[in-house]
Amino acid sequence: MTLKEYSGKAVPLLMDNVDTDQLIPAEFLKLLEKRGLGKYLFYRWRYDQKGNENSEFLLNDPKFKDGTVLIGLRNFGIGSSRENAVWALVDFGFRVVLAESFGDIFYENAVKNGLILVKLDINTLKKIGELAKSGNLIVTVDLEKKQVSYGGRSIGFQMDESVRKRLISGKSEIEITLDYNEKIALFESKMPKFLKVNMEPEQRKIIEG
Amino acid sequence: MNGTIIDKIWNFHQVAEDEDGRSLLYIDRHYTHEVTSPVAFSDMKAKGYSVRRPDLTLAVMDHNVPTNSKERPTMEPLSKKEMDAMWENSRFFNVPLLDFYSPYQGIIHVIGPELGLTIPMVTVAAGDSHTSTHGALGALSFGIGTSEVEHVFVTQTLWLKKPRQFRVKMDGKLRHGVTAKDLALYLISEIGTGGALGHIIEYDGTTIADLDVEGRMTLCNMSIEAGARTSIIAPDQKVYEYVKGRPFAPKGEEFDEAVKEWDKLKTEPGAKYDKEIKFDVSGLKPMVTWGTNPSMASQINGYVPSPEEFNDKSKREEVEKSLAYMGLKPGTKIEDINVDVVFIGSCTNARLTDLTEAARVLKGKKVKEGVRAIAVPGSEWVKRQAERMGIHNVFIEAGFEWRHAGCSMCIAMNGDALLPGQHAASTSNRNFENRQGVGGRTHLVSPSMAAAAAIYGHFVDVSEMN
Ligand code: SF4
Repeated sequence: MTLKEYSGKAVPLLMDNVDTDQLIPAEFLKLLEKRGLGKYLFYRWRYDQKGNENSEFLLNDPKFKDGTVLIGLRNFGIGSSRENAVWALVDFGFRVVLAESFGDIFYENAVKNGLILVKLDINTLKKIGELAKSGNLIVTVDLEKKQVSYGGRSIGFQMDESVRKRLISGKSEIEITLDYNEKIALFESKMPKFLKVNMEPEQRKIIEG
Repeated sequence: MNGTIIDKIWNFHQVAEDEDGRSLLYIDRHYTHEVTSPVAFSDMKAKGYSVRRPDLTLAVMDHNVPTNSKERPTMEPLSKKEMDAMWENSRFFNVPLLDFYSPYQGIIHVIGPELGLTIPMVTVAAGDSHTSTHGALGALSFGIGTSEVEHVFVTQTLWLKKPRQFRVKMDGKLRHGVTAKDLALYLISEIGTGGALGHIIEYDGTTIADLDVEGRMTLCNMSIEAGARTSIIAPDQKVYEYVKGRPFAPKGEEFDEAVKEWDKLKTEPGAKYDKEIKFDVSGLKPMVTWGTNPSMASQINGYVPSPEEFNDKSKREEVEKSLAYMGLKPGTKIEDINVDVVFIGSCTNARLTDLTEAARVLKGKKVKEGVRAIAVPGSEWVKRQAERMGIHNVFIEAGFEWRHAGCSMCIAMNGDALLPGQHAASTSNRNFENRQGVGGRTHLVSPSMAAAAAIYGHFVDVSEMN
């Protein structure tokens, strides 16, 4: 799987501090599965306490139902480390989130799941957001040129090289790391004694009870 | 060794570097809980992976555990399923597990330091954002998502781009009744929820030196709410004493050798930070949050702000939305906010020091009629210690429910939850919408502030109490 460019319809969720508790509430962290979480994305905002759709919320507006590029503002994805927030976004259909800044753990979780997070300045985000309100703005993210295009305009963005490469290649990191096995084993062999853990069976039994 | 404490621990643990400047860091301690591990374990089963170092791994049940009783626990069916999965996975992969019935069960960030697993200089990873807590002991700790949890299980390492470094210096003697929790809320209200994004915070200054180790844990715990990747405090004599004698701490000569190494961790004079900020916190009053993220906080003698006070349109809208959710009017005195529920618990504030602080305020007093108050120790060990000291009686006589250990109402996954519209004085770390129960309204405070709110039924200034 390689991904160099992505285009999709923009959804303007022009809010600061969208936390991962809002992206997916804690009760849906009990499902033991990463698939099928799209239904619970923004659950408390999408549905009222009886489970009826809240018609005021953006994602319930028919013109945004096929949106795949989410536009946020500052500090998107702060809070809990739950990767379920990313799984829910991806399962719902989102492929890209544009925002001024992202929670650090959320950012790494997104990369791991091929969700493209692009940092843009606040004025550009507001501009894209305004245009997106029409419900027919297509945004294109080009990972090769590091460029976002919308409504006939383009703007460059910064992205860490390792993030960019990982998004393009989509390779499993564990496989890559296993190639470093010798170096890991060497570190372990030199570990000072005081940093080790004495998890002998008796000790283990005491704490496990 | 050169540089900051962060540089030193980082360099020591760097196993390799890739061409894009990411480090492969060895992880000395991996803590895991029932919520963020199941998907990692099932993927490992599918791929035939094993846990590389079960001896450096510790699994706990904390988020879903019932806190009402060990004999006749009230289990939510899905919670039970998640806990069962943890049990099966830990057997399958031979990982030590503190399950619901273990005498040392409790919240992951309380247990690590308590058992002497978290010690200075180690790297810690856990599938939980509040892993920053462990920095209080001079450990370099990282909250991670489930994909990374799996990576650590299989390789005992993490790929990380080194975050920037941010020194937060706090000086001055705190007023009576002002605590680490107030420092944390004050910092976040000053720099915002994104103020430390992409950075590791190193706390420093006379106020930090004066804090006891458990107070430092409270402060480091909440660094994540300022956006920090993690945080750390250079270990000192207080930390060494805290660590010494704990079940997994180094012993005898090994301990002395450890202290020699730990003494070398301090940041070198003149080391460079990417960002620095200084506060004089001597005049600080206890803090209370009024909104729906931890930066929306005021000192106790303040008011709920008006959206008009903010210049930026999206900020105004955010404050408006928060106040609507919280059912608060601009201009309301913080002291005039009534509370329905008081929750003393969570990995932020449920250690022995926290319970002692709350008990000092509660002694001989009664919880106001109509207020529901619950105390949930951070671990079964904390609970036992508190009971040995008789602290539990102070809580019970005041009218508190005295519970078993767990995350409980901090995240409301186990059935302990606020009802819609209820206002809570909570010693936890997040006041996000619906965090403590659907429609619940959280005000974050310190344990003594929570205790005082329980007695009066509204917030009061504990720094003015004897
Ligand atoms: S007490 Fe709250 S913040 Fe801490 S680990 Fe549990 S749920 Fe997370």
